[in-house]
Amino acid sequence: MAIDFTLNQRPVRYDGDPAMPLLWYLRDHARLTGTKFGCGIGYCGACTVHLDGAATRSCVVPMSAVGGRRVTTIEGLASDGRLHPVQQAWIEEDVAQCGYCQAGQIMAAVDLITRTPAPSDADIATLTNLCRCGTYPRIRRAIRRAAAQLNRTRR
Amino acid sequence: MSAVPDTRALSRRAFLGVSLSAAGGLLLALRSGAAGQETAAAGEALGAFIRIEPDGRIVIGARGCEIGQGVKTSLPMLIAEELDVPWPAVTVEQLPYGLVAARDPPGFTSLYGPQGAGGSTNIPDGWHDLRLAGARARWLLIQTAARVWETPPDRLTTREAHVVHPDGRTLGYAELAPRAAKLDLPAADLPLKARSEYRIIGQPTRVVDARDIVTGVAAYGIDAAIPSALTALIARCPYFDGEVASVDEAQARRVPGVRQVVRIPGPRPGAPLDRNLAAGVAVLADDFWSARKGREALRITWTRPSGAADSSAALERRATAALAASAKIARRDGNPDEARNAAARVVEAVYVMPLLAHATMEPPNALIDLKPKSALLIASLQSPGGASQMIHAMTGVARTDIEIRLPRVGGGFGRRLQNDFVAEAVLVAQAAGTPVKVMWTREDDLQNDFYRPFGLHQLRASLDAQGRLTSWAHRVAATPRKYRAAGMEDAADWVGCVDPDGFPAGCVASYLAEFVPVDFSIPRGWWRAPLPTFCAFAVESFLDEVALAAGTDPLTLRLDLLGAPRELPYRDHGGPTLHTGRLGGVLDSAAGAIGYGRKLPAGRGIGLASHFTHGGYVAHALEVAVSQAGALEVVRCVCAADVGEIVNPLGLEAQMMGATLDGLSTALELEITVRDGRIEQSNFPDYRLLRMGAAPDVEVHLLPSGFPPSGAGEMGIPSVAPALANAIFAATGQRIRRLPVGDQLKSPARAS
Repeated sequence: MAIDFTLNQRPVRYDGDPAMPLLWYLRDHARLTGTKFGCGIGYCGACTVHLDGAATRSCVVPMSAVGGRRVTTIEGLASDGRLHPVQQAWIEEDVAQCGYCQAGQIMAAVDLITRTPAPSDADIATLTNLCRCGTYPRIRRAIRRAAAQLNRTRR
Repeated sequence: MSAVPDTRALSRRAFLGVSLSAAGGLLLALRSGAAGQETAAAGEALGAFIRIEPDGRIVIGARGCEIGQGVKTSLPMLIAEELDVPWPAVTVEQLPYGLVAARDPPGFTSLYGPQGAGGSTNIPDGWHDLRLAGARARWLLIQTAARVWETPPDRLTTREAHVVHPDGRTLGYAELAPRAAKLDLPAADLPLKARSEYRIIGQPTRVVDARDIVTGVAAYGIDAAIPSALTALIARCPYFDGEVASVDEAQARRVPGVRQVVRIPGPRPGAPLDRNLAAGVAVLADDFWSARKGREALRITWTRPSGAADSSAALERRATAALAASAKIARRDGNPDEARNAAARVVEAVYVMPLLAHATMEPPNALIDLKPKSALLIASLQSPGGASQMIHAMTGVARTDIEIRLPRVGGGFGRRLQNDFVAEAVLVAQAAGTPVKVMWTREDDLQNDFYRPFGLHQLRASLDAQGRLTSWAHRVAATPRKYRAAGMEDAADWVGCVDPDGFPAGCVASYLAEFVPVDFSIPRGWWRAPLPTFCAFAVESFLDEVALAAGTDPLTLRLDLLGAPRELPYRDHGGPTLHTGRLGGVLDSAAGAIGYGRKLPAGRGIGLASHFTHGGYVAHALEVAVSQAGALEVVRCVCAADVGEIVNPLGLEAQMMGATLDGLSTALELEITVRDGRIEQSNFPDYRLLRMGAAPDVEVHLLPSGFPPSGAGEMGIPSVAPALANAIFAATGQRIRRLPVGDQLKSPARAS
């Protein structure tokens, strides 16, 4: 049975194996490779996307659970070529080293800031995405910078 | 990401030196001297690649493997500095692996110079030759302007991509480029800028791919695709040197999307591990998910070779017994036995270093397209030269017809110095007759690694009646690094496990460094700062134990031993000398920054450690708090680094932060164990990397010593674990002698 959903604001239809995780649909079928594979068990967060706006580990979400929902990937975060403030803050704080986990980190951070507009260090500590390069201190700075930027814009 | 140029189309013209680029600009690939054997040429200044287009675009090629160490930014900075162009005007393009045939003597030489990533060598390797490449291009542009203006070239200067006439006239590089491309390169070396003239070197410079990374378009090896390639997953024998006893692939072949099932051979028992690591069965499918379902549907039985009964517990028993066996002497000064016999006091301790996996965030993978007379490899690599040699050896394709593209790499840490995953892709492609992308799961990765060796470090020191150190003996019983390691057959047994010239060698009258090899069948490899991380924990923890026994402050003990600033011989990687003043300098800096010696509340402590790593000097000072229940918190974390001339302070700070957290992550929780011949860990829940909540901020202090630069990727890790253990001791009185720390602070040992 076909599964209809929204991917980066475009309607799409999938009619393959409903058990296939969303991650592999994104990478192998939609060829959106910004979402990364790290563990396959929903632990490391490299595959984090937004499902109806909430950060979700796409390697453990079967396609059968995606029907009728909105999927946003790192490729869909900027709008009209304008970076999301979290993406911009990531550049300004020079967060990335190898960069592999950063798409997942950014998607998780956007979700955090959406839920908690002025996140404390304790709030940021709830993020469990792994970074093997050790970029955590600059991630914290980037999240604070993006949150401040967003709060200025809202005022 | 920018397009990767085609090496083969480029190489012939570029080899000749200067030529017109496709768009009519200046194309420069610089060479010095005659082309020799590839190995001979690797250490010579060779060249880089610059393109100046008529539209003003200045394209600088990045030759290295970008594994997160920042070379795609820092190496082009060196070229841009001497080319004298504004950094924002530069577009960086990743270069592929570049190889050209040489005639006299016959062999190969690299088009762009060294391209691997290992041993923190990219910056020291490029420091002279990449700046020279920029200077030569600038020289050509000046010569051209001199002809246009009919003015002697030595009267002309450059500024921001323009040649400037004494009367104020300027000519843009883009205008000059087409004519400059027709000139011959200067034969001799050119003078390089003095430090006071730097406009780019030393400036905080962001990662060139930052925008591509945050928008998800930066391409890694795992993202490579060619239309005809199938995706393969391999079921590997879980026992080292085991083989497929039987396989029933009928179910796997029925999985929708599965196209082929092929067997691949493993290494010959006892032979060097210069190809793939394990025998297995590969399932080729249209996509990852189908391949994975197919792999799960295989029914395989494996043979169990003799090593399949081994365990970590048995390994540690063997190593403990080995400490009492006769050892091979790596260095001996004075007479340690005599000093011990005459001593007022002897201090002794044994430290345990676990096996470690690399666990790069991007698991290994390789896409290969084999044709009868050519090959294309796209993969995340640290050793493209090794991959090129391996593909040639396995396929017979001429090395100059093997194209290797170098996408960004999702972490290296030494894992990808081995190209076993490339060998797998070749074997699968040969067996299946199709282009293939071999993918690894995290389980595949943790269970099929070249692990950091396991070892026991026995330290013995003697003190005289005044508490002065009279001898230092360091005996290592470990699984030798060279075990079945291709290219290390002739190395001494202790290479990679004993640091004969490391501090305090040369600072104690009687000194002994020894090695006892311990049998073990699991493969081992290079793991970030391989020798320093393996030795620093024991040496720098024991220095604190000696200080305690001597009634001396640990910092004072170290500085007294280091003595007057001088250079001591150091024969391992990073030598030929170790500068005691620079080591003391980073210690002083870290101690000063953390307020060493100040009074702390109960349950808190500060620990220090330093280490000389690959030519760089780093010290850590950590302040920890340990609760009554044994909960550990790193309250402050200071890192002081002297890696000589600083190319990119922003990138250098990132390397030190990252390595510090890598060191903390590893010291706190990481260990690979073996049971019944199999690796026990299978995914991140049982190989627990540090997470955000436990990661302290790292205060990085960069010391501008002005020495020529070492690299920076590895220097920041070795001193973390001992600084942590020394801080824990200061806080609790409990000495950690076994890594990882794990639950030791919560154990009953603490109460005693």
